[in-house]
Amino acid sequence: MNADDVPQEGSATYGGHLKAIYARTHDGRLGLVQTRGWEVEETVTLQAVQAFEELAARALERTHAGQSSPLEVHMYRARMDVAQLAQASGLWSWRVRRHLRPAVFARLSKALRVRYAQALGIDTDQLSVVD
Amino acid sequence: MTATHFVHQQASHCESGVMSAIVRHCGLPLSEPMAFGLSSALTFAFLPFFKLSGLPLVSYRMPPRTIIRGLQKPLRFSMRTETFRRPEDGARRLNELLDAGQVVGLQVSVFWLPFMPPDFRFHFNAHNLIAYGRDKADGDYLLSDPVLEEPVRCASADLTKARFARGLLAPKGLLYYPANAPQEPAWERAIPVALKKTARNMLHTPLPFIGVKGIVRIARAFERLPAATDPQATKLFIGHLVRMQEEIGTGGGGFRFMYAAFLEEAATLIDRPALAELGAQLVEIGDLWREFALAAARMIRDRDPLDPAHLAALLRAQAAREKTFFTSLNKAARLS
Repeated sequence: MNADDVPQEGSATYGGHLKAIYARTHDGRLGLVQTRGWEVEETVTLQAVQAFEELAARALERTHAGQSSPLEVHMYRARMDVAQLAQASGLWSWRVRRHLRPAVFARLSKALRVRYAQALGIDTDQLSVVD
Repeated sequence: MTATHFVHQQASHCESGVMSAIVRHCGLPLSEPMAFGLSSALTFAFLPFFKLSGLPLVSYRMPPRTIIRGLQKPLRFSMRTETFRRPEDGARRLNELLDAGQVVGLQVSVFWLPFMPPDFRFHFNAHNLIAYGRDKADGDYLLSDPVLEEPVRCASADLTKARFARGLLAPKGLLYYPANAPQEPAWERAIPVALKKTARNMLHTPLPFIGVKGIVRIARAFERLPAATDPQATKLFIGHLVRMQEEIGTGGGGFRFMYAAFLEEAATLIDRPALAELGAQLVEIGDLWREFALAAARMIRDRDPLDPAHLAALLRAQAAREKTFFTSLNKAARLS
């Protein structure tokens, strides 16, 4: 790839930053060239971001319908799945999965709430709130 | 405020960027591609039994810490690495080292770094950056993240959370710094050794998940994707490979361009024009990886019909090209 062919498409995912990639520069050698983004990269980044957003939206619906607990919404908003939340909180996956049930979640002990809140990076009192 | 005089330089990849910066800080000029190539960090790996959010682990480079460890022998120095069980200990030790004027490399999770653009913040635990100072007034750390244009500040609570994230490849607070000064290597020896190792990793691993065999294996996985029954999952899988190739700071084309830059630099250093020619060939292979990414993205966006078998054919062609390429590279390295 030549420096002139380095895409400068202004990816929204870069948040105004520039990345550096290697390309053949004007002196004929390979070197770092800054890029404002490539549509291809933006497509796959947004795809991954949106996959979690969709999961969170569906979890939110289920929570409002009383079929799931707010924990599931927070989990997807923190871009985690059950396995990752289990690792982050140091609990077994089956316990996390059980805590996704509204009735079980409602009885969750203070200690477990603190643990989840820490793993998700939110305040403990936010844990049972979703909007 | 304690801050060592440190020159930030943007790089394309985190670990090679951090290690080249640490070596340069010790007074030995070293480019990012040279750090990457000398430590034989290039490869391809498809590990379907490690899953992140339901997607397999795919990488275009060797595992984390390869570059940190791999530079020690050629540059004749040693890196000290420390991990911690308790976050408080990790923070205390980092402060101690910074107060002593040390420049310290850190492994962190990208997700917990507030200065990263939100769309990049996923639970990837093997990101690397450098801490070079600390503001004693508010406890903020002065960080040089090699993939960003400028140095940044980070609140100590945030950095500690990022250093002690749990999960796959958990950093466990890993910090690293040179125990003595790196020395200029005997290039005529160090470069061929590194080349042969990369050729071996690409061609002759006993496991079918690494190198050219890994590319063939992921091509086979593409052929088995449920494009007709579950297009969403198919697109996620395809997009995942492209992300690993282009988004995760690879310098474009899954590190192939960076490795080509290394070959070009090596050619000049040890006066072996054949390596520069190989570099040019690898640039072409990198361009084809970019074309593969483009074809994949068009399918994800429904501009082209979803046809993973076509992408699989492109992957198999890439595997064949890389097989030829690394065989030539191995020969060129042995001629010295």
